[in-house]
Amino acid sequence: MIEFRAVNKTFPDGTRAVENFSAVIPSRTTTVLVGSSGCGKTTLLRMINRMVDPTDGAIEIDGENIADVAAVKLRRSIGYVMQNSGLLPHRKVIDNIATVPLLKGVPKADAHRHALELMETVGLDLSLAQRYPAQLSGGQQQRVGVARGLAVNPNILLMDEPFGAVDPIVRADLQKETLRLQRELDKTVVFVTHDIDEAFLLGDQVIILEKGARIAQQGTPEEILANPASEFVADFIGADRGKRRLTVSSTAQPQGDDVVLIDAGGYAAGVISAPDGKLATGHSSPKSRSISNKTDQAGDA
Amino acid sequence: MNLLFEGFAWIFDPAHHGGDEGIGTRILQHLGITLVVMVIASLIAIPLGYLIGHTGRGRSVVVALSGGVRALPTLGVISLIALSVGIGFTAPVIALVILAIPSILAGAYSGFEAVDRRTIDAARAVGMTEGQIVTRVEVPLGLPLLIGGLRSATLQVIATATLADYVGAGGLGRYIFSGQATNDYPQMLAGSILVIMLALVSEALFSLLQRSLVPAGVVAAEQRQPDGETSGGPTRKSGPRRSLIAGARR
Repeated sequence: MIEFRAVNKTFPDGTRAVENFSAVIPSRTTTVLVGSSGCGKTTLLRMINRMVDPTDGAIEIDGENIADVAAVKLRRSIGYVMQNSGLLPHRKVIDNIATVPLLKGVPKADAHRHALELMETVGLDLSLAQRYPAQLSGGQQQRVGVARGLAVNPNILLMDEPFGAVDPIVRADLQKETLRLQRELDKTVVFVTHDIDEAFLLGDQVIILEKGARIAQQGTPEEILANPASEFVADFIGADRGKRRLTVSSTAQPQGDDVVLIDAGGYAAGVISAPDGKLATGHSSPKSRSISNKTDQAGDA
Repeated sequence: MNLLFEGFAWIFDPAHHGGDEGIGTRILQHLGITLVVMVIASLIAIPLGYLIGHTGRGRSVVVALSGGVRALPTLGVISLIALSVGIGFTAPVIALVILAIPSILAGAYSGFEAVDRRTIDAARAVGMTEGQIVTRVEVPLGLPLLIGGLRSATLQVIATATLADYVGAGGLGRYIFSGQATNDYPQMLAGSILVIMLALVSEALFSLLQRSLVPAGVVAAEQRQPDGETSGGPTRKSGPRRSLIAGARR
């Protein structure tokens, strides 16, 4: 569990990036911090591994104030995945993944064996192990970044807009993989994005932030969609644009048991199964969320 | 043209080869001065440049200072220093060190500055100490530019070390100074030709060194064809093979 207690951050140039932020990030779930550029979401994330120290307030991991832990030691215990992968260009994929274990003094053979296992975990072909980052595609580089983040077997994985720089199709693919990994590995994931679709797709808990990292709304995707706390949230999640409010198309012919749904603009947004003319009801459990419909929307981001 | 021929004839004259006054000895003296100067200048400039490059502090001061130092006439500096330390090896070495430092310094800090900030940020975020960031990220990635700085400094020092003999330190400058004193133009020209040849050899060696020391992954980045490839499937085939296939299809 990660707990922010009344955290403030004012940068030396006077920018108040974070104003009195308090929140609890439960263990073994995915919490998504979502907001526009400059809302302080990345600053919040970077406070968790002490890349940024709060001006005042405290951050606790499992009850321990992280200000009391040496920054380097803390960072080596937390996985960090950033936009543009942040890989070391002069090191091969396998050495990039093994970076931190090697720094910690794990024997090279063991570190490399574990790195190969992680390549399988994140869905990378093992033949890429001896390549350099520049020889990989953007999507592959992000997978290497995730594998590096997992190399220390951390309880916490921080992901800072990891899919911001890849194209929508690859992004959808990586999002799907992230959901799969989270099911398999059961980490505490803190994920930063400006893409509300991505937030709703990946988050067990979503925290929508306004400028200064003020919490506009915090809750499950279902809670936020059903009951936006404010005008700002409604606007941010696209409710008032009608994108989220779907109706059954009156013109499109049902395809078998499927009925076409349209948004307020009249554009086809998806289909819903309706056996015998009755609409299906879904389960609200986050883990059963359909991915296929979401990937269709990834292009809107 | 005739004079140039006489210059080469002077170089190939066996009478000028052996002994304390021979071309071999002068070349060794010249290289000796260059080596000593480069070692001392590197010991001063590389750590300082790394410090500036890593911290990002003091850059403007150093740029202004080294700009000013570059403008100093080396002959004047040699004479000035020789007045206090006397005739011989020391004065030209000090003056040439002053000449060499700005290029090496610039190579060292610009090498660090050229490293992508996001790469360094990521290295820090995964838990590298500041020392590990320097030795494992910044030094290897900054090496090509440092070698570039050493290369231009060496070139300057080889050319300017001809002045060393002005205060009796020997080297290939001896031929130029004594040729001038006796109106022996072929000898002067021979000295110049030899210095030029040394400079060319040094350039060739450094360009080989520069190529071999660029990290392999950086070479890969430069060679990568901009093919707009972004798909991240796990079964992608190797890049070169793919472009071969693409080429065959065309």
